[in-house]
Amino acid sequence: MSVWRRTLTTTFAGALLGATACAAQAETFRWGFQGDVQTMDPHGLFETMTLGFQRNIYEGLVIRDDKMEMVGALAQSWQNVEPTVWRFSLRKGVKFHDGNDFKADDVAFSVERLRSEGSDMKVVAALIKETKVVDDHTIDLITPAPNPILPLQLEIFYIMDKQWAEKNKAVEATNVKGGDEGNYANLNANGTGPFMLKSRQSGVKTVLVRNPNYWGEIKGNVTEAVFTPISQDATRVAALISGNVHMAYPIPVQDWKRLKDAEGVKPLTGPEARTIFLGFDQQRDELKGSNVKGKNPFKDVRVRQAFMNAINIDAIKKKVMRGAATPTGLMIAPQINGFSEALNNRPSYDVDGAKKLMANAGYNDGFEVTMDCPNDRYVNDERICQAVASMLARINVKVNLLAQTKSKYFGKVLAQNGYDTSFFLLGWTPSTFDSHNPISSLMACRGGEDELGAFNLGGYCNPRINELAAMIQSETDQAKRQAMIEEAFKIHKDEVGHIPLHQQPLSWGVSEMVDVIQRPDNVFDLRYAVVK
Amino acid sequence: MEFLFGFSNFMLTFIAQRLLQSVIVMLTVALIAFSLFRYVGDPINNMVGQDTTIEERVELRERLGLNDPFVVQFGRFAINAVQGEFGFSYQHRRPVSELIAERLPATLELSLVSAILALAVGIPMGVYTAIRRDGLLSRGFMTLSLIGVSLPTFLIGILLILFFGVILRWLPTFGRGEVVQLGWWTTGFLTSSGLKSLIMPAITLALFQMTLIMRLVRAEMLEVLRTDFVKFGRARGLPDRFVYFKIALKNTLVPVITITGLQLGSIIAFAIITESVFQWPGMGLLFIQAIGEVDIPVMAAYLVMIAFFFVVINLIVDVLYFVVDPRLRVDSASG
Repeated sequence: MSVWRRTLTTTFAGALLGATACAAQAETFRWGFQGDVQTMDPHGLFETMTLGFQRNIYEGLVIRDDKMEMVGALAQSWQNVEPTVWRFSLRKGVKFHDGNDFKADDVAFSVERLRSEGSDMKVVAALIKETKVVDDHTIDLITPAPNPILPLQLEIFYIMDKQWAEKNKAVEATNVKGGDEGNYANLNANGTGPFMLKSRQSGVKTVLVRNPNYWGEIKGNVTEAVFTPISQDATRVAALISGNVHMAYPIPVQDWKRLKDAEGVKPLTGPEARTIFLGFDQQRDELKGSNVKGKNPFKDVRVRQAFMNAINIDAIKKKVMRGAATPTGLMIAPQINGFSEALNNRPSYDVDGAKKLMANAGYNDGFEVTMDCPNDRYVNDERICQAVASMLARINVKVNLLAQTKSKYFGKVLAQNGYDTSFFLLGWTPSTFDSHNPISSLMACRGGEDELGAFNLGGYCNPRINELAAMIQSETDQAKRQAMIEEAFKIHKDEVGHIPLHQQPLSWGVSEMVDVIQRPDNVFDLRYAVVK
Repeated sequence: MEFLFGFSNFMLTFIAQRLLQSVIVMLTVALIAFSLFRYVGDPINNMVGQDTTIEERVELRERLGLNDPFVVQFGRFAINAVQGEFGFSYQHRRPVSELIAERLPATLELSLVSAILALAVGIPMGVYTAIRRDGLLSRGFMTLSLIGVSLPTFLIGILLILFFGVILRWLPTFGRGEVVQLGWWTTGFLTSSGLKSLIMPAITLALFQMTLIMRLVRAEMLEVLRTDFVKFGRARGLPDRFVYFKIALKNTLVPVITITGLQLGSIIAFAIITESVFQWPGMGLLFIQAIGEVDIPVMAAYLVMIAFFFVVINLIVDVLYFVVDPRLRVDSASG
């Protein structure tokens, strides 16, 4: 026994020594995520993880630094020269990885590439009406209407080299349908960023190397980075603890303790900018899958209020999220532009009050409703729904929970299926980090000419919010704009348009051999990673 | 000569018939698979970002032909598939045939090593437990085999990872290690990290088959050892080793070949679980990810290909019968 233990300790120490020695020479950083970066094409998929990874290779005009402050990247300065014209002065002497010079032409080209058939970023393209190249290092972006937050919205718009794209027949964005020209850019990359793509096997492994000719300073010391998708939770956690990767995420909340107990690794957590909330169908005259016929109980604000009061958010935080959630009264997280501490409070948990409200609304005996819930999209999503269902049982509401995989869930509840849901759980991170995004997408009336409210799955509607959304979009005075944002949130809150629950936790596991910076949008930025 | 000619002629007809049948099998598999895909979910939302507008989503559906009637979609798939064209992966944005070719070596190398491991360990263990039925070691093997049969693959995989990967840190916990490119084939056999990475997945995948083969060989051996010709062999004074291995074992092999052949198909097909536990970059992993993302072209191609594997393996097994069992040869040649 003692011999065995000694052998084990020696092996342990040996493995650790070996790993440290190795890291000191090469500064290779290995990490795993549950899914793969879906494409190397910076205009192929508008998704946080994919764009976050590409940010190491490609750069936009502006970028958020390690403190999430907006700073210039390929643009040195920018100015709203006319209400609808933003002028960007571009950085000089920047070269793409293949040695081509970065010029204003590349920006204009990239804007056009956003409009091509395969692009998933036409939403971003729509922010720009046209481009005007002033000189090699100055470009005007003309917006369809005054837009004070354009630079903010362009953080995820990356610049591709025009010559490289033309040479490799990648002038159009990679098309998921195939048979297009853009597919060279799906597997290859040529940006201006701090890292260059060395090799890529989709779904298996992607290797980056440090760009020796980078224009700026790279704060971290990583020279080579190996990214592997590891889909199984148990495998990912084991890979981290065994030292096969320096970092793995997401780590199941249940496994935090295991990481704390294990040697050489620790959980790295914090509140994500993603807000998890519940919503109700307030559009249909009769709910689908309910025993209430001829009317929709959710049209009555008292019922919605009763639901809000009946939810014990502290219990969800403690029991389901293991203390790792930040309860919220707003539809946005504190990191989002427009957040208001005053509005973030929640009404207290009050079952009796909720029962009274239900009785006043004429549902003393409660009712039955079907709840849609994903089971593999958000942290402990299905278990939150189960907790909500049991809490609502106390005010006599019988919830029939339909928890399914994200492909089926989104296929059911989103617009293309006619918003087929009565009661649902959803999560949202504003991609722009600005309140205008959730106000216009989640809270504004849907189906109108302004085309807002596309993700307002329950069809909550107060026309004033649509008015405010339009005003917020073009208001340049920050104080006025903040007042408008707060008015919209106040209305939504008073009318219980949705029930905000919490900001879910970011859950990374990191080796003590490395230092990394965790962004609130769950993006990992390699340029700040340090291997010790 | 004439015997051989007749034999091969018969075999050619037989093989041709089987290949023809395989096309029908694959089409049927494709049809069933296609009719199930509609229940897997909507692929569109996995292909676009949160901020993509409804119009763009609708337009993408239309572009991918997902709004076409079932018959049209299936017809399009079948016609393309016959020409060896399996379309484009939604998730990887690359041709499916390219993806499968990229992942095939990983799965085949793993399956091959597992099958050899299962045979190389399973057969001797089976023979041994049959000969020394009450030995301590035999009982140990039997208990072990019970564990192998009853523990689910993923659990075995996770236990191995925990012990050899996390606690002892001898073996890598995931992936295939460094691979060497040989033409279009990638192999992990030529690097030490590749070989190390292979150990745990191969054991995990082989364990069930190993115990199955062991139990099968044991049962068959016990049966054969009771037959008259073995008794005669013994009566003639032939050495034990000759009786056991030349006479008895040879006669147990026909059912073993059948089962092994069929199991090779399952090894390839069930590599899915092992591959996902070890993040082994083979076709099984590709398939399981495709299910999660509703990547219909990948799912369809994978299922059709697995059906093809099964047909081919069965064919090989049938041909092997002729080689192993002389009675079949005589029957067909005279018939």
